[in-house]
Amino acid sequence: MSQATAPAVPVVQRVRRRRPIVLLLRRAWRLTRTKVGVALVLLLLGIAVIGPLFAPYTADEFAGTPYEHPSAHARLGTDGLGHDVLSRFLWGGRSILGLSAAATALGLVLGVTIGLLAAYSRGRLDDLLMRLMDVILAFPSIVLALVAVATVGPKLWLLVLVVGLTTMPRVARVTRGASLEIVERDYVQAAEAMGEPRLKILSGEILPNVTSPLMVEASLRLTYAIGLIAGLSFLGFGRQPPAADWGLMINENRLGLTIQPWGVVMPVLAIVVLTIGTSLIGDGVARASAGIDPRAGAE
Amino acid sequence: MLRHGIVGFVVRRTLLGLLTLFLVSIVVFAATQVLPGDPARAILGRNATPESLKTLREQLNLDRPVVTQYTDWLGGLVTGDLGRSLAANEPVTKLIGKRVENSAVLMLLAALISIPLSIVLGSVAARRRDQPFDHATSIVLLALAALPEFVVAIGLVVLFATTVFELLPAVSLIPPDEHAWSHPKDLVLPVTALVIAVTPPIARIMRASMVDVLESEYVEMARLKGLPERTVLWRHALPNGIAPAIQVIALNLAYLAGGIVVVEFVFAYPGIGGAFVDAVSNRDLPVVQALAILIASLYVFLNVFADVATILVSPRLRTSLK
Repeated sequence: MSQATAPAVPVVQRVRRRRPIVLLLRRAWRLTRTKVGVALVLLLLGIAVIGPLFAPYTADEFAGTPYEHPSAHARLGTDGLGHDVLSRFLWGGRSILGLSAAATALGLVLGVTIGLLAAYSRGRLDDLLMRLMDVILAFPSIVLALVAVATVGPKLWLLVLVVGLTTMPRVARVTRGASLEIVERDYVQAAEAMGEPRLKILSGEILPNVTSPLMVEASLRLTYAIGLIAGLSFLGFGRQPPAADWGLMINENRLGLTIQPWGVVMPVLAIVVLTIGTSLIGDGVARASAGIDPRAGAE
Repeated sequence: MLRHGIVGFVVRRTLLGLLTLFLVSIVVFAATQVLPGDPARAILGRNATPESLKTLREQLNLDRPVVTQYTDWLGGLVTGDLGRSLAANEPVTKLIGKRVENSAVLMLLAALISIPLSIVLGSVAARRRDQPFDHATSIVLLALAALPEFVVAIGLVVLFATTVFELLPAVSLIPPDEHAWSHPKDLVLPVTALVIAVTPPIARIMRASMVDVLESEYVEMARLKGLPERTVLWRHALPNGIAPAIQVIALNLAYLAGGIVVVEFVFAYPGIGGAFVDAVSNRDLPVVQALAILIASLYVFLNVFADVATILVSPRLRTSLK
């Protein structure tokens, strides 16, 4: 759009069209729930990223006898093997956060690409793509993930891939739904008439106009991915012992719940705070987005 | 296309569901039997001897062409022959028969509790819109909706079975020859976990829908007639408010099909969800295939049911089909 030949009008439109996303985030930030959500997520992010620096032991170092109660040398006691619960808790957040962020990102990239392509090309390609998405949606996500684990084995890349793949169709549906109407707009037609490449039209003209519903969907999907990844590693299909991981920790320590609950309680609390945080942010963005018509500022 | 009205719609939607199931069976088959290259080696791992590999390949029909393998397998599925479990060395049908019943009890109880509960919660919140009850339920439901099922289940174990109170069993010890419903104490926590998983989304859509309905003209009319607010809410508004929620209700019941996987594992409940996790751990492919298809079928069926029920209860959509 930046060529000298481009008419002045679409350029002005472009500038105004970019605004809704800024407006959306500003409005979302005004809501208390968004601020609380951001604070909770930052807290957990801090624990996961900086936490290991303060861990008194490494994740697989022995700190005492099994299921010791909290004491001076193991502030949250020890787990069933005698590892320090506090240290394993501090080390155990990185994998869940990293894997779920990667899976969500993968699902967003694939879903947005497919959704945009489907909306833009319509006809047969649209039908084919969306039918494929329906087949993935015909499985509960966890079932699809477990089928993959059964054949390939518990590999971390597999978790990212399969959670990303189950995220994809939901993102694709939202993107397609929001884009269908944009595709009809004059400025898209104008760009087509000027012979702009398809990729540029998709990324430069259509994508900026569907960011609002996508933001809402992205935070929903992230919450969901965290639950799924943590759940899979709780079932024993994520990181393998002796690595520290919140999901794995909960499963390892639940047999000792009556003796020493901290090995379960801490990671459970962390996942609770994290998922509530991301969903508060999502709710804030959704509320802000419902308050503004995402396309109202477009023309 | 729409000539045949409701019947035509139901037929078309069912056929689409069957088509989806057919595609689902291809995905499951491809993922378990074709993609791994040599599933026999994947199952047995590095310790496999040539003899054991050969036996397993024959057991899984891997020595035949892929298409024949698939058609045999699909034919078996349709006629009720789900193959033999590799771990238990008995027919899959025998292995999962009792477990299907146990899971059905779990899901049915969860549905019977969560549907009325969420309808009442949503309607009362809509009636007291922007009052403390509405704000409180809104935040609590948002928080509960965010939690993964296994966290909810473990939380219940911590609170009611081990650390805080020791009121209920943390593990469901239901003997294989007894019915799940004769062990109500073992059912309480698994059912509660599932209820907590599906109630929030239904209650939220119910609230949104009832807010709209309570502002409509006919509700205003009913109020002007001097009917008590209670009657207006439950007799006049509710039947109309439920229509948009039907789809969400059915979708969430479908969600139960996935939810039982983790919840049954946490409570060691003898159902298909727990069996599925065990089969995945043991790489018992025939059981994995059978249960994946079973859970996906239930999921697809409930989705079709959701669409049909939505059409049936909303007069406007119903007439648009004619």
